[in-house]
Amino acid sequence: MTTTDLTSAGLASRDILPRPNAAETPALSIGSVSHSYGDRNALIDVNFSVAPASFTALLGLNGAGKSTLFSLVTRLFAIQSGRISIFGHEIRLAPGEALRLLGVVFQPRTLDLDLSVRQNLLYHAALHGIGRHEAGVRSDEILTRIGLAERTGSKVRDLSGGQMRRLEIARALLHRPRLLLLDEATVGLDVQARADILDHVRKLVTEQGIGVLWATHLFDEIVPSDDLVVLHQGRVLARGQVAQVIADAGAQEINSAFMRLTGAACSGSLPP
Amino acid sequence: MSSSTVPRNQGGFSVAEYVICLNGIVWREALRFLHQRERFVSALVRPLVWLFIFAAGFRQVLGISIIPPYETYILYEVYIAPGLIAMIQLFNGMQSSLSMVYDREMGNMRTLLVSPLPRGYLLFCKLVAGTAVSLLQVYAFLLIAWFWDIAPPSIGYLTVLPALILSGLMLGSLGMLISSGIKQLENFAGVMNFVIFPMFFASSALYTLWRVQEGSPLLYYVCLFNPFTHAVELIRFALYGQINWISLGVVSGCATVFMIGAIWAYDPSHGLIRRRPAGGET
Repeated sequence: MTTTDLTSAGLASRDILPRPNAAETPALSIGSVSHSYGDRNALIDVNFSVAPASFTALLGLNGAGKSTLFSLVTRLFAIQSGRISIFGHEIRLAPGEALRLLGVVFQPRTLDLDLSVRQNLLYHAALHGIGRHEAGVRSDEILTRIGLAERTGSKVRDLSGGQMRRLEIARALLHRPRLLLLDEATVGLDVQARADILDHVRKLVTEQGIGVLWATHLFDEIVPSDDLVVLHQGRVLARGQVAQVIADAGAQEINSAFMRLTGAACSGSLPP
Repeated sequence: MSSSTVPRNQGGFSVAEYVICLNGIVWREALRFLHQRERFVSALVRPLVWLFIFAAGFRQVLGISIIPPYETYILYEVYIAPGLIAMIQLFNGMQSSLSMVYDREMGNMRTLLVSPLPRGYLLFCKLVAGTAVSLLQVYAFLLIAWFWDIAPPSIGYLTVLPALILSGLMLGSLGMLISSGIKQLENFAGVMNFVIFPMFFASSALYTLWRVQEGSPLLYYVCLFNPFTHAVELIRFALYGQINWISLGVVSGCATVFMIGAIWAYDPSHGLIRRRPAGGET
């Protein structure tokens, strides 16, 4: 379905979610979610979904509401209004079932610096009810895959920033989730480490069929085949495949499309 | 991937998963404790200073009459030993809450809170882990005290265990409840001044209640209603193979109330924990 088709069907082109199988249960479904801190609105009627085995970039400036959204999806904050489901399990009604299918990498480091690489993984596995033996096997396997097999006994505080991030991703995958959330996972890393992590996460989508929601404010982390959600001042300004969002914004590339969208939002020419 | 292939466990979690989770949290807490050797040493030095210096100095000043569970005159050191045991647990409970504030500030707490098992159970596991760590400290203290001739009946080392678990849970859940309301690590100093010291000194840990009543009837009632007093008395009686039923009731009741309060406070829908992203997050 093209943008023209949608427009003629009376739909705003930025409201499309062009996935091949519309009947598929979304990996993540965010429906009419709003959240406020006192009288400050952090999220306003946010709607979008992430398909299984897809890479969705959540693009927004600092203060857009990305971390608030992540805190709601992970049930760190209570949902004030709207619905959030993971593979059909509503987070408010069946948090255990939903969180079982979810792996998360938060923006701040959440590793235990005083424990070793392996101990961090074993602790995470225990929190998911995975027995010691199975956890050991999975840890060895995943540490080999991310190139940290030789650092298994090292204290986490001795790792580099890039290694810590890779370990956090490995930890998030240990219980074999079907959906992975990453909140600004490459912040503070050098160019090579960023590229490695992004490449690793994209492989998870293609090779393991994991749905990924990648929150970022960096345009160069997004490629045309990705799905994109543009979040600005708590509102979703656009969503769809990257190429389509760019075309709809009348731009040539993602950064100018983003500037046009957010500029239009600030000047009030976009509907609330 | 089709939605039909997504594994769905409608039956919740198995008993084995709950047990593995508990083991994992206790194991992690024990590892952290062992890595922090200075914490172990200071946890032991504190009561030993009270025992070897304070008690030795006050032995001649503060006489102890024959009061249950003792059947004869006792040395002052023997009298304050249960109070010092409870003090170890009090400090440990507050230390655990300090580590929860630290974990929350550093983000580690999220690892716990976003795991799929019920949040109340996860917090209970955290309490059990803190209590297990306090038991290690208490038995190390009892071993050293034994060399100082402070030796309850042999069976007392066993009968005190349930009392220690109960009082450890009570003091740990109090610490957890307090930690839910602390926004920054720096604010924790207030806990020392407003919780630890008043609880310890306004109790039967250092002096008998009848002596307090002679000095100040008001302070006597404060001590009487202080849950820490009942933790001390529960431990004191248990060390001699006896049960102080009133203290058992108070400690059990307070443990339950504090635990429910802590679980409530850490529930995102109506709790006290910070509901804004941490600094730097958006």
